[in-house]
Amino acid sequence: MLCQECRKEEANVFITKIINGKKTELQLCERCARAKEELDFSFEPQFSLHNLFGGMLDESMRGSRESLRLSKAQCPTCALTFAQFSQIGRLGCSDCFGAFGDKLQPLLRRIHGSARHTGKVPRRSQSKVRFKRELDRLKEELQQKVRHEEFEQAAELRDRIKALEKDLQEGGKS
Amino acid sequence: MKQALFRLSRWMDGAGPDADTVISSRVRVARNVRGLPFPYLASDEQTAKVQQIITGAAAERKEAFNEFTLLLMEKLPPLEKQVLVEKHLISPFLARESHHGALLLRQDEAVSIMINEEDHLRIQAILPGLQLEEAWQEADRYDDLLEEGVNYAFDESTGYLTACPTNVGTGLRVSVMFHLPALIMTKQVNRLLGALSQVGLAVRGIYGEGTEIIGNLVQVSNQITLGQPEEEIIRNLSGVTRQIIAQEQAARQALLNDSRARLADRSWRAFGLLKNAQIMSSQEAMQLLSDVRLGFDLGLIKGVDRKLLNELLVIIRPASLQLLAGKELNGDERDLERPVQIKRRLNQFKEQL
Ligand SMILES: [Zn+2]
Ligand SMILES: [Zn+2]
Repeated sequence: MLCQECRKEEANVFITKIINGKKTELQLCERCARAKEELDFSFEPQFSLHNLFGGMLDESMRGSRESLRLSKAQCPTCALTFAQFSQIGRLGCSDCFGAFGDKLQPLLRRIHGSARHTGKVPRRSQSKVRFKRELDRLKEELQQKVRHEEFEQAAELRDRIKALEKDLQEGGKS
Repeated sequence: MKQALFRLSRWMDGAGPDADTVISSRVRVARNVRGLPFPYLASDEQTAKVQQIITGAAAERKEAFNEFTLLLMEKLPPLEKQVLVEKHLISPFLARESHHGALLLRQDEAVSIMINEEDHLRIQAILPGLQLEEAWQEADRYDDLLEEGVNYAFDESTGYLTACPTNVGTGLRVSVMFHLPALIMTKQVNRLLGALSQVGLAVRGIYGEGTEIIGNLVQVSNQITLGQPEEEIIRNLSGVTRQIIAQEQAARQALLNDSRARLADRSWRAFGLLKNAQIMSSQEAMQLLSDVRLGFDLGLIKGVDRKLLNELLVIIRPASLQLLAGKELNGDERDLERPVQIKRRLNQFKEQL
């Protein structure tokens, strides 16, 4: 068997990497194995993410009549198409998120189990985001109150939400 | 090529809580500059601009960054870059494939800020032992400082925007490097690590030809970066880490009760080989260092400490070896040089006592 790396020498070093129970086997010649020194602990999720992605995207698109149209989606800023993204597994710029938005959401949910950020916010967008998060929280609470038929509290919440939304709109103008 | 000094990074000092089972705690956040394509799609001018924006932001905050040195990847000799990789301070990608890649490295080497990696900006903090929260605080602090001068690509619902969807949201990757000889020796490790992957953590070990994990080193890191706040991601990994530590300690105690003499013998034999062998591969060295480390942790062996063992873990790697030797070495030559350098450090340590 030939070395997977140089494809010249006979492979006589066999390295098995196991990441989350998934085996990757490397067959290398001695020289390449040394060059690689597979003792590296890369920090990044290097396990064939691209393939993982590829599979995920294909699956979510398979059978979809829209797939053709979907694959034509293109980022206006960096010109990356959604089809390219699904092959590379990398977005091109921050505007890709807006351009591919509704196609990205299911993918993000499958990777992370969620598509909504709840963590740190840069200082410059802090007040606005905090506002919106508070608003979301109140709205959720409101639904609960309604479900439990606690209408008095629900009415109070509704007033607070209205006031906040008004603030947000006015804040947005300034 | 001149023989160079090998500088110790902070994580190697072997201090820190639970240093007998946890080698290091690492945190990194990924950030991008709004309005510029991610590095792999960016033009030469655009990556240059990214570098200028980020180094500029650091330069404007002189006081906070006065302990940092700027290293440009294009100007750094390949060997020195590879040493930084071996010390876990930069990624192989930054060293080898980046355009206008740069590193802002803090003097104690606990904080490294990578520019034009897969993302425009990656802030990493690495500390000895179990110090995930402390590492996060370091990364968080420099993130805040740089944000004052850099307009980050951020979206209210998706969070920090990154080139790879697996980093989106918090852009946070946290990991713990364990030394788990007892769990591995008693074959409990696979069950344990299998369980971890069920809870959304990535587990990495490297296997040789057999089933043994080389050097008994295992890295556990989060996979989910979106939908959980940073504190929760860190709390989850810390909780799991404590459980792993407890199990490793229990397994060590059981081994000690059953076969103290065998363990001591194994450590001393490994020590003897490290001091006397003439030819040594890095795999063999990793395994021997693990045996000695376990003996040290259990109080069965003298003549080393954790700092020395951590240092040896790095200097047996190819680039560090060549740096210390002061010349280029091929694989066979490295196998000859490795025991020379190991022996030198072990003897220096003995003299210090
Ligand atoms: Zn080869
Ligand atoms: Zn784009």
